[in-house]
Amino acid sequence: MPPEMPPETAPGNPPFPQPFDLSFDGRTIHARPGQSVGAALVEAGVVAWRTTRGEGRPRGLFCGIGVCYDCLITVDGRPDQRACLVPAADGMRLESGRTGRDTDARER
Amino acid sequence: MTGPTGHSPRAETTDLVVIGAGVVGAAAAYFAARAGLRVTVVDRGPLAGGTSSAGEGNLLVSDKEAGPELDLALFSQRVWREDLAEHAGLWEFEAKGGLVVAATPGGADALAKLVLEQRAQGIEAVDVPKDELPDYEPHLSPELVSGAFYPQDAQVQPMLVVAHLLRMARQAGARVRTDTEVTGFLRTGERITGVRTSRGPLSAPAVLNAGGTWAGVVAELAGVRVPVLPRRGCVLVTQPLPVMVRHKVYAAEYVGDVASSDAALQTSPVVEGTRAGTILIGSSRERVGFDREVPPPLLAALARNAIALFPFLASVQAIRSYLGFRPYCPDHLPVIGPDPRAPGLWHACGHEGAGVGLSVGTGKLLAQALTDRPTGLDLTPFAPERFEQALPGDEVNPDAP
Amino acid sequence: MRGNADVTADVAVADVAVADVAVVGAGPAGMAAAVEAATAGLTVALVDAGERPGGQYWRHGPHDEGPLAGQHGRRTFAALRAGLVRTGTRTFFGHQVWLIARDADRFTLHLRPTHDGRGPGTRTLTARSLILCPGAYDRQLPVPGWDLPGVMAAGGVQALLKGSGTLAGRRAVVAGTGPFLLPVATGLAAAGAEIVMVCEANPLRGWLRDPGGALREPAKAVEGAQYAALLARHGIPYRTRTVVTEIRGEDRVRSVRIAPLDRDGRPRSGVRIEVDADLVALGWGFTPSLELPLMVGARTRLDTDGSLVAVVDARQRADVPGGPGVYLAGEATGVGGAALAVREGRLSGLAAAGDLGRTIDEGRMRRLQRAIRRGRRFAAALHTATPVPPGWTDWLDGSTLICRCEEVTYGDLCHAARELGAKDPRTLKMLARPGMGMCQGRVCGFATAQVAAALTGGSPSTPSADDLLPLARRPLATPVTLGEIAALGEES
Repeated sequence: MPPEMPPETAPGNPPFPQPFDLSFDGRTIHARPGQSVGAALVEAGVVAWRTTRGEGRPRGLFCGIGVCYDCLITVDGRPDQRACLVPAADGMRLESGRTGRDTDARER
Repeated sequence: MTGPTGHSPRAETTDLVVIGAGVVGAAAAYFAARAGLRVTVVDRGPLAGGTSSAGEGNLLVSDKEAGPELDLALFSQRVWREDLAEHAGLWEFEAKGGLVVAATPGGADALAKLVLEQRAQGIEAVDVPKDELPDYEPHLSPELVSGAFYPQDAQVQPMLVVAHLLRMARQAGARVRTDTEVTGFLRTGERITGVRTSRGPLSAPAVLNAGGTWAGVVAELAGVRVPVLPRRGCVLVTQPLPVMVRHKVYAAEYVGDVASSDAALQTSPVVEGTRAGTILIGSSRERVGFDREVPPPLLAALARNAIALFPFLASVQAIRSYLGFRPYCPDHLPVIGPDPRAPGLWHACGHEGAGVGLSVGTGKLLAQALTDRPTGLDLTPFAPERFEQALPGDEVNPDAP
Repeated sequence: MRGNADVTADVAVADVAVADVAVVGAGPAGMAAAVEAATAGLTVALVDAGERPGGQYWRHGPHDEGPLAGQHGRRTFAALRAGLVRTGTRTFFGHQVWLIARDADRFTLHLRPTHDGRGPGTRTLTARSLILCPGAYDRQLPVPGWDLPGVMAAGGVQALLKGSGTLAGRRAVVAGTGPFLLPVATGLAAAGAEIVMVCEANPLRGWLRDPGGALREPAKAVEGAQYAALLARHGIPYRTRTVVTEIRGEDRVRSVRIAPLDRDGRPRSGVRIEVDADLVALGWGFTPSLELPLMVGARTRLDTDGSLVAVVDARQRADVPGGPGVYLAGEATGVGGAALAVREGRLSGLAAAGDLGRTIDEGRMRRLQRAIRRGRRFAAALHTATPVPPGWTDWLDGSTLICRCEEVTYGDLCHAARELGAKDPRTLKMLARPGMGMCQGRVCGFATAQVAAALTGGSPSTPSADDLLPLARRPLATPVTLGEIAALGEES
């Protein structure tokens, strides 16, 4: 291994980093460091976390690489994040749908 | 109206050839076919391939000052809401109303004055004091000073307007030939008797130039000058959202920008939602020929202006932008009617940024004139030859392709 | 800085970075381009949406040294990554370019984080030259039920496995065409999933059995033989001339209907089987990401696989208005795989250095050019062997979604074409809205063009470059907040 290897992959990093918890609509799910939130959801048996505007159909991961925007999710209150690209982090709060803006729709 | 052409034995003969399958050409074809004329529509591209597919689909009276354009707008309102009422659902006609807002006390005074003038012209307008603005638009910036609501302002999906008007024209016997470019005119003496196209000649005693922003080029083929210039506009489109903007909302200075003839860039905020959930953000006006390259500062200005009206937009994502070229005439009036300089040639072009709204009124008036009936509106202000009085070379189109 | 695996330190927020050359995309092509350009003495800035180098092909987790053992080109990856460190290449991971503007002699790239939790936004990068290596994503053909959760792009299934160590399902059907289905199936099997079937639409068995054949690409031959052995070892049923015609389930995938294709590439009626599955991985080749090349005005052409790709000269230079300065490498110039992408990347880095006055090894360039021509011939042969079935639209029904974002059905497209007079993909898009949603036609663009061709009398396999172009242009390369757009130009 070359000496100039970046720190996060350098020797000395724990080879099996500790799992942690995050929440999805109030429920606790587990994740490993480096997993995307989409991956953590799928491993927890959650395959859909959004419904479509027109037909209300369930959607989750499709392209898996940030292209299709099917897997949008609210992360720590920020809507429309791509679940396939957001790295899971300890204590992260995931919510289905578009929190905040859906309220406005109901008001109307 | 029929007549032999004597030019080409193979030329197909109809009563009217419409050049241009945009919204104005489609409306003219629809009303002409319904009036009993045999119509052929030709376009070098697909239907609505030019400016018709590059706007927001507004049917506005609120941005019009007194004069012939307002008369045509009010006439068109009646056509949309009466003649075409049964088809409104086909093109997502939405009588959403327009809200004009003022950001400064000075702007509020000017707006109040404009409202008085417009009312005198038959425009419905409601003064909206500051504290009532949230009733119209809950997410509007609290900084705004006053507003005016225009219940007549409406919106349609312009592509669907074109497609359905042409579909119904076809049902009334019209033929639509896309990918068919007009390359010249057939003549008998001075008289225009048809067109030559990339797919063969078409003869007709009347030819209508509905070439939109490219109408000047079509007119040139017939040897007459119609000074239509491209005035570029750019629109940002947001991600689809639940309804956050209910009306067409724009700033009072928009009216001044619409009426201006300045070639330099002007931007004023225009924000509105669509049936698809997206929010459209305009507006810009500049004369840069047919340049399709949008400079980043223009996008920035559109976004800044919109956020000033609706602060929530700062965190909303834009997913695309599009641009189009308004067919602009130096006096901001469209060209509608027969051309005495080339008998047999008619024009319906130069509607600038209001072509969708004015299209159906224009089409109905032309159908009346083509069938020698009295027109619902005096066409004199829109006469094609009115530019002959201008200084020679004054308005030569430098932007023609 | 865990989870933020920049090779060198991140620069501060809202910084304006200046470099000789900006490389967009840190997959095989971009890594190679950056290392070559930097080694030749240029200052290089490298941008990628991922959190670490490697792109889709060399995707790996943050705690992996690199791609997993057995991944092809693993040593090349290690060498390139070391090269990035050695040359002090500035990297911008977790960022996407959403706008590129060109002034007389420099390019300005506007960046944003791939997710908002990564910190605030606008960063600007200016460079004298631009090397675009945006890669590709799975090409899709809609099929009834493909919008059900549990249906994924084959590459997405692979990405989950490589990047997160996550199995997307337990009982999988892998379907579509092309050799990429093989590593997806064997990867899933190795991780413990049951592969019900690999459905390959084309008669590819010959290629698998004798992968060298007329194709003359020794590395690929070895690869094919390895996959054949792996399929056998895992007992994976591999059916050629077979397609998925329907995916069934209420709220997620439950079963899959499979049918053989007839000679015209249409599913044979009456001969269908149904198998239970909780995962369907679909891939019909790849669509190159062209929004950035198109944004700078690159000329395009139709490739042998029917995809729109950018035209480059023998030194990877794009044909753009405003003169030279833009180089393209990898899938954007034609889908050809990682080995070819590395060669093109190297050549583009060398060419950019040469054009900016650095001394470069012309002999090495010629060797790379020969290898690239060889790779292109192989890619073209593979494209020819793995076409989209000409009768694929037969498995659509009126309610099948074509555009997943705007929920536009095949019936909607039929109506727009037959009743409203849409004769080309652009008009179809304007009237029925496929491609107008969040993904801006990335997923449905190819299918929409094919459907348009089929509905208007042409053969569905022959949309032209002109048909594909309006579905590939994206004036904003990625969704971006109006706040960020409003801040354009504030940094200067």
